[in-house]
Amino acid sequence: MTIDEIQQEIVEEFSGFEDWMDKYAYLIEIGNELTPIDPKYKIESNLIRGCQSRVWLHQEFAGGIIVFEAESDALIVKGLVALLLRIYSNRTPLEILNSEPRFIDEIGLRQHLSPTRSNGLLAMVKQMKLYALAYEKISSKK
Amino acid sequence: MLPDITKIRKDFPILRQKVNGKPLVYFDNAATTQRPLQVIDRVNDFSLKTNANIHRATHFMANKTTEAFEESREIVRQFMNADEVAEVIFTHGTTESINLVAYSFGVAFVRAGDEVIVSEMEHHANLVPWQMMCERQGAILKVLPFNDNGELCIELLDDLITDKTRIIAVAHVSNTLGTVNPIAEIILKAHLQNVPVLIDGAQGAAHFNVDVHALGCDFYAFSGHKIYGPTGIGVLYGKRKWLDQMPPFLGGGEMIDKVTFSGTTYNQLPYKFEAGTPDYVGAIGLAAAIQYLQGLDRQVISSYEQDLLTVATLKLKQIDGLRIYGEAPLKTGVISFNIAGIHPFDLGTLLDQLGIAVRTGRLCADPVMDHYGVENMVRASFSFYNTLDEIHAFYKALIRLKTMF
Repeated sequence: MTIDEIQQEIVEEFSGFEDWMDKYAYLIEIGNELTPIDPKYKIESNLIRGCQSRVWLHQEFAGGIIVFEAESDALIVKGLVALLLRIYSNRTPLEILNSEPRFIDEIGLRQHLSPTRSNGLLAMVKQMKLYALAYEKISSKK
Repeated sequence: MLPDITKIRKDFPILRQKVNGKPLVYFDNAATTQRPLQVIDRVNDFSLKTNANIHRATHFMANKTTEAFEESREIVRQFMNADEVAEVIFTHGTTESINLVAYSFGVAFVRAGDEVIVSEMEHHANLVPWQMMCERQGAILKVLPFNDNGELCIELLDDLITDKTRIIAVAHVSNTLGTVNPIAEIILKAHLQNVPVLIDGAQGAAHFNVDVHALGCDFYAFSGHKIYGPTGIGVLYGKRKWLDQMPPFLGGGEMIDKVTFSGTTYNQLPYKFEAGTPDYVGAIGLAAAIQYLQGLDRQVISSYEQDLLTVATLKLKQIDGLRIYGEAPLKTGVISFNIAGIHPFDLGTLLDQLGIAVRTGRLCADPVMDHYGVENMVRASFSFYNTLDEIHAFYKALIRLKTMF
């Protein structure tokens, strides 16, 4: 599936929720189910420190594909992280560069991507794009 | 005796709104307070009728504005019981006030090897400027610790002060712990050893009668927006004996006497420290806020705020796994806490869905987080326009949200 198709899937999953509590409960559930990042990757250089919550982002690039692993200490952020991994992990750099996480706005959670330094989420998306940009440049030089 | 809360809340129309479909419960007063209609109207009225730059032209509007600005300064002087208006400097907030002192006092009085004392519970605004100054001047920053109850270890202060101590900077009230510090005692101890004291009054000015003359503090800083006034305006009170010896902080118009390319001389107090066009609209708004406060019975208000704190503390302590940080015997209405197993960001986000506004995060006080070994906290902070019903709603919300984790 393409990134946009997965985003559409996510938007549809969330459209069933009328109650904010159900929406957040689902997000918390997804967050709880996210495979914890390998402890050896929970290091300073992988840490995106926001003053509201912390996010760790690890990546590996092989066979033209970037694989991301990520985690947060806040459950709601972890849930959003899980959804972001769903669209951005196991993708080529170009696919990542050519899409925006518009699903977050469409499921009514735009405030969590606000451009403050608070919850690390926006910084994480930027970091993912930076990795994609770097790997795209490396790939195109070969 | 209780204040007439219904009447008071009518003064604050912003409180009537719904957030996420629920009535707003505004518990983030330590971050900023709301402005009463009296302040909003004064500011609007001014902008509609009298706006002109001050101390510059001599036309009608300029004169009226200058008068209003200087009147505001006199209102602040009286509010603080400062000896003279020259000792009342308008700044853009507590942070700028403290930066001004740290910089200028540092240039005038602090040399390599000298010492500056701050406390462990300071907001970054009363910590970072001193760190920067110490780095510039080659001085050493020493820290007065606090105990787990949230009280300063005052018994350690005498030994911390040496003949190299040049200034002590401490909060009137802690923005995280709510602790009301024994600043009179600190000032006394410091003065016995000839050390001046700066008080960060950001959280204190709204709740206490600040009498700088009685306190004897050398500097006192506070912000308009934390005392029901506008943002962008603040005050630095400083004793003339220090301010006269301190060089200017910012350079520009107003703070000069005469400017030539071979040298420039500076204006007298307070203008020496008021470079550029001040936030004169803000100053006028601040004066209106002070007058609004003085129109209330501050004793009654203060006692009511204590009731809110007492009830909230009692209710929160009934919640399993909830820990309050800072339970000093004398506190203002600030409760920072965590619930075991629930991240503050998650709790704050969900409380917001219920219309309840609290602060989460590191509260601009990293050392306080480090003291308790936590990454973040939730903070509820009250004001006299909050109600007991709101406290009960808060308690019920926490109980309900706990079940989601």
